[in-house]
Amino acid sequence: MQEKAKILDRDALNRALMRIAHEILEKNKGVKDLCLVGIRTRGAYLARRLAEFIFKIENANIPVGILDITLYRDDLTLIAPQPLVHKTEIDFDINDKNLVLVDDVLYTGRTVRAALDALIDFGRPRTIQLAVLIDRGHRELPLRADYAGKNIPTSDNETVEVRLIECDGKDEVVIAAKEAG
Amino acid sequence: MTWLRKHLLGLQELSREEIEMVLASADSFKEVLARAIKKVPALRGKTVVNLFYEPSTRTRVSFEVAAKRLSADVINIAVETSSVKKGESLIDTGRNIQALRADIIVLRHNSSGAALLLSRNVDISVVNAGDGWHEHPTQALLDIFTLKEKLGRIEGLKVTIVGDIAHSRVARSNIWGLTKLGAKVTVCAPQMLIPAKIEELGVRVSYDIDEALKAADAVNVLRMQFERDEGNAFPRQVEYFKNYGITQERLEKLKNNILVMHPGPLNRGIEISAEVADGENSVILEQVTNGIAVRMAVLFLVAQAKEKNETTH
Repeated sequence: MQEKAKILDRDALNRALMRIAHEILEKNKGVKDLCLVGIRTRGAYLARRLAEFIFKIENANIPVGILDITLYRDDLTLIAPQPLVHKTEIDFDINDKNLVLVDDVLYTGRTVRAALDALIDFGRPRTIQLAVLIDRGHRELPLRADYAGKNIPTSDNETVEVRLIECDGKDEVVIAAKEAG
Repeated sequence: MTWLRKHLLGLQELSREEIEMVLASADSFKEVLARAIKKVPALRGKTVVNLFYEPSTRTRVSFEVAAKRLSADVINIAVETSSVKKGESLIDTGRNIQALRADIIVLRHNSSGAALLLSRNVDISVVNAGDGWHEHPTQALLDIFTLKEKLGRIEGLKVTIVGDIAHSRVARSNIWGLTKLGAKVTVCAPQMLIPAKIEELGVRVSYDIDEALKAADAVNVLRMQFERDEGNAFPRQVEYFKNYGITQERLEKLKNNILVMHPGPLNRGIEISAEVADGENSVILEQVTNGIAVRMAVLFLVAQAKEKNETTH
């Protein structure tokens, strides 16, 4: 995989998250009934970081959950290698909450579609909002993000790689060319 | 790690990594069972056929619940009510089920090797739910899952299997699975119920139950299957309980806290006392719950492997 450009470095990434945290609080008028649910793997880490930023701003802890959407995908048989099914960890009641769903990259929208199906099995939030670090376009479903760290025009033969300290050892976002074949 | 097997026939053929992948997946599926809505759409539109040539309630119901939790449609075929009674062969029956556009056959059969035979003659997935004296892989996987959940590991654990080792597919699958994961297995029974050369599977043999329990972390108590007794090889029930039955007095003599498992259905007062079965050491009902999670994992893994094999070929 050939890297073409670095879109965000560590500082830019964290500034984007801090801005999203402010926007979430502004739109929801504080932390009342607010909760975050991150989509595995990187969305979960981003959700935890957003909760930390929200704590810094409001001095209040909000519930954070982790969603594994493998069992809700519509392309299960198309992706290889098959990911291991991981646990969903939402140990709080999402009914009547303002729930912010968090993911790293918004692309076709199919992951978010699967996540919405999964969330609705857990309850009926008052609102579900979507926060993503990168919106790269090319939607295949009628979905949009409520909060985006950065909009990046990309072509289909590129990939957007979000790397986070928690799982990749460093914070950065790069665009790379998809491997041939 | 990628799961590529479209059939689950036994634990003998699985690698340690494959067994660990089933266990890790089952852990995630167990979370689904704790939800208010205990259902995910992973196998929506798929059909699972439970084809049972032997009476079984708990394994059949466990597979049925597992398939339904994954949103699959389930059809149960019991031998008494099917045209098998009219002499249809296993292979013909399997091909008819395939022609009905089912996706997975869960097979319970009294002949060792039946699941393998069926898997070679149909294109759809076959999951072995017990074949003769050969293997019962999902039972062993749920036993191992329960051990790991309760004791935190399998590597280095000392596990004693007590009962009719000679005629037990549960014992055989447990031996394959546990030894692959690094447990030390002891089998314990009267001499006539221990098959010759069982040591070659990497287990220790003991004829003394108190000795076999002494250092064990867990004991898996097999059901004495008196209905399989074809001659006079079996001990009398009273005698068996006296010499090999798992009783509170036996457990109280032990220094360590031992986990008591049983694949069910229980013969209270024959291989295990009621007091132990319902006591603090027993995880028998948790095994039942874990069985659903393990079978969900197995159905999910073979279903996606089947699709993958077809799209790549």
